[in-house]
Amino acid sequence: MDLSAINPVVLIASLMVAATPILLAAIGELVVEKAGVLNLGVEGMMITGAICGFAAAVETGSPALGFLAAMLGAALLSLVFGLLTQVLMSNQVATGLALTLFGLGLSALIGQRYVGLKPPATARLDLGPLSDIPVLGRILFSHDAVVYLSLALVAAVWAFLRFTRAGLILRAVGENHDAAHALGYKVVRIRLAAIAFGGACAGLGGAYLSLVRVPQWTEGMTAGAGWIALAIVVFASWRPTRVLLGAYLFGGVAVLQLNLQAAGVAVPVELLSASPYLVTILVLVIMSADRGRAALNAPASLGRVFHAST
Amino acid sequence: MKLNAILAGAALALGLAGAAQAEDKTKIGFVFVGPIGDGGWTYEHNQGRLAVEREFGDKIETVYQESVPEGADAERVLTQMALSGAKLIFTTSFGYMDPTINVARKFPEVKFEHATGYKRAENVGTYSARFYEGRAVQGLIAGRMTESNIVGYIASYPIPEVVRGINAAYLHAKKVNPDVQFKVIWAYTWFDPAKEADAATALIEQGADVILQHTDSTAPQAAAEKAGNVITFGQASDMSEYAPSPRVSSIIDNWAPYYIERIQAVLDGTWESDDTWDGIGPGMVKIGEISSAVPEDVKAEALALKAALASGDYHPFTGPLNKQDGSPWLAEGEVADDATLLGMNFFVEGLTGEIPQ
Repeated sequence: MDLSAINPVVLIASLMVAATPILLAAIGELVVEKAGVLNLGVEGMMITGAICGFAAAVETGSPALGFLAAMLGAALLSLVFGLLTQVLMSNQVATGLALTLFGLGLSALIGQRYVGLKPPATARLDLGPLSDIPVLGRILFSHDAVVYLSLALVAAVWAFLRFTRAGLILRAVGENHDAAHALGYKVVRIRLAAIAFGGACAGLGGAYLSLVRVPQWTEGMTAGAGWIALAIVVFASWRPTRVLLGAYLFGGVAVLQLNLQAAGVAVPVELLSASPYLVTILVLVIMSADRGRAALNAPASLGRVFHAST
Repeated sequence: MKLNAILAGAALALGLAGAAQAEDKTKIGFVFVGPIGDGGWTYEHNQGRLAVEREFGDKIETVYQESVPEGADAERVLTQMALSGAKLIFTTSFGYMDPTINVARKFPEVKFEHATGYKRAENVGTYSARFYEGRAVQGLIAGRMTESNIVGYIASYPIPEVVRGINAAYLHAKKVNPDVQFKVIWAYTWFDPAKEADAATALIEQGADVILQHTDSTAPQAAAEKAGNVITFGQASDMSEYAPSPRVSSIIDNWAPYYIERIQAVLDGTWESDDTWDGIGPGMVKIGEISSAVPEDVKAEALALKAALASGDYHPFTGPLNKQDGSPWLAEGEVADDATLLGMNFFVEGLTGEIPQ
């Protein structure tokens, strides 16, 4: 065992990178669920974003355009879900699962020409002397723009839901869509907007995977990240700050267990490999023990079909 | 009994329905563990499938299912394939072993070929390649090329196939570089690019300048390229898009000749359950071009080892060898037998860390 081989500073920096795709997808899904829609298609939207972003970045040579295309592509895909569930009133769970399958297939189709290509490198932000600060510089000021964007997004969503009128309306739609409708709010329109936002965030997360974390396109490369994002929203009991905590916890444990193995720590490896999931379950259990609050915090209209006439 | 009757009935019904349209086409099924675009293991099996289609043309029809989880889902997929009229089904991952045996019992008329397993039946044959021969060559290059004397190894699951690969690579690295040290990470996945990239990064951060992998994606290559001054090897597939560096050579699985031979046997009615385990010699395992990043003398040494393995003059596990705990395994000049290799569940002397049990 040689724990000195693990550099905590590098560890924290790489856990931030590892957690960013999940964080982006989860914060988007949080907004969708706050609006009362359960979209289980996060995995499908992420992988679609991954290939749209990758293709656009390769074709244009610009990672920024790639990220933009990823958001657009995944948002469009999520609007298919929106159309089906909000206008045609299909079952949200079934449609969400179908969206995942559709996204996986679609991305494989688009991606056929892109296997084995290399994307243009995403530049790290040059923060000048800031990144030269010992320890903090590496942790806080050495990343690419998307990491900061994801953090800003969490703050923005938090502020939006807590302090703005629009955020209040969104929450009202999620808590009681009939009441919101009676007050004259356009439930379907608001939900569609939330779904598109969730799609854009998932797409951005997917593109972060294909352009920065792995830098390449491989079929099925999200490998379940979308499902973890979904779990983290529940784990966070629909609170943005806890989404950040959950994503970093998951990313942190995942990166730490690999580092511990490389350092030869004599802990059962199966346990290490399962630890991110175990920690997630553990926290879920602890939080749901506080039954009243956790149950209350789920949006009351979550997953329910809305029809203006009822 | 009842289930058998139902399945037989369903198979009969489907068979009758299918007979009208495709009487002369033999249906061949493939079950893949990853996506066909993974660039590694499944990609090469699918190349074999495509070669079969080119070879037999209209005489056969292939169907395949990708990304099938190893477990109950595999049984469902296999049953589905057998019901839909497949005459021969290739199941291409270790974890399909029990599902294959279970389903084969229900469909005695259907032939099954399971890759990398050890359980056979009247209608279940097994096949695998001696990848450890290729890994010995990689180990030699790794031992010569490392400057930090730390070689990182991304392992998938603690099964004999993977353990054998680690041992073969380590022995031949050690032979040319007594100071070499292996750091092994068990990823518990065959295919998860993000996790593989993170594993490679963790190894590189802890000093590894050579990364060997027994997982299927090219993510470790990408991670090595980003780090610079780290070399990797293609796994299952050539992965030549990363040549000449970081990817300096590769092990390539070449399934096409075997698939063609077995399908021919089914068409001829001569198919029998057997066990095939071929290596570099018969061409089931190929060594991808050793790139210009490797010095000429090292390249020559590696090619000499490859030639000795191909001709059968040299076996990667030749004594004297001890197990990790120091107990003797092979005496001077003794060669490991296949049964031991197939069930290998121990590290050889010198490797650190434990195999998860």
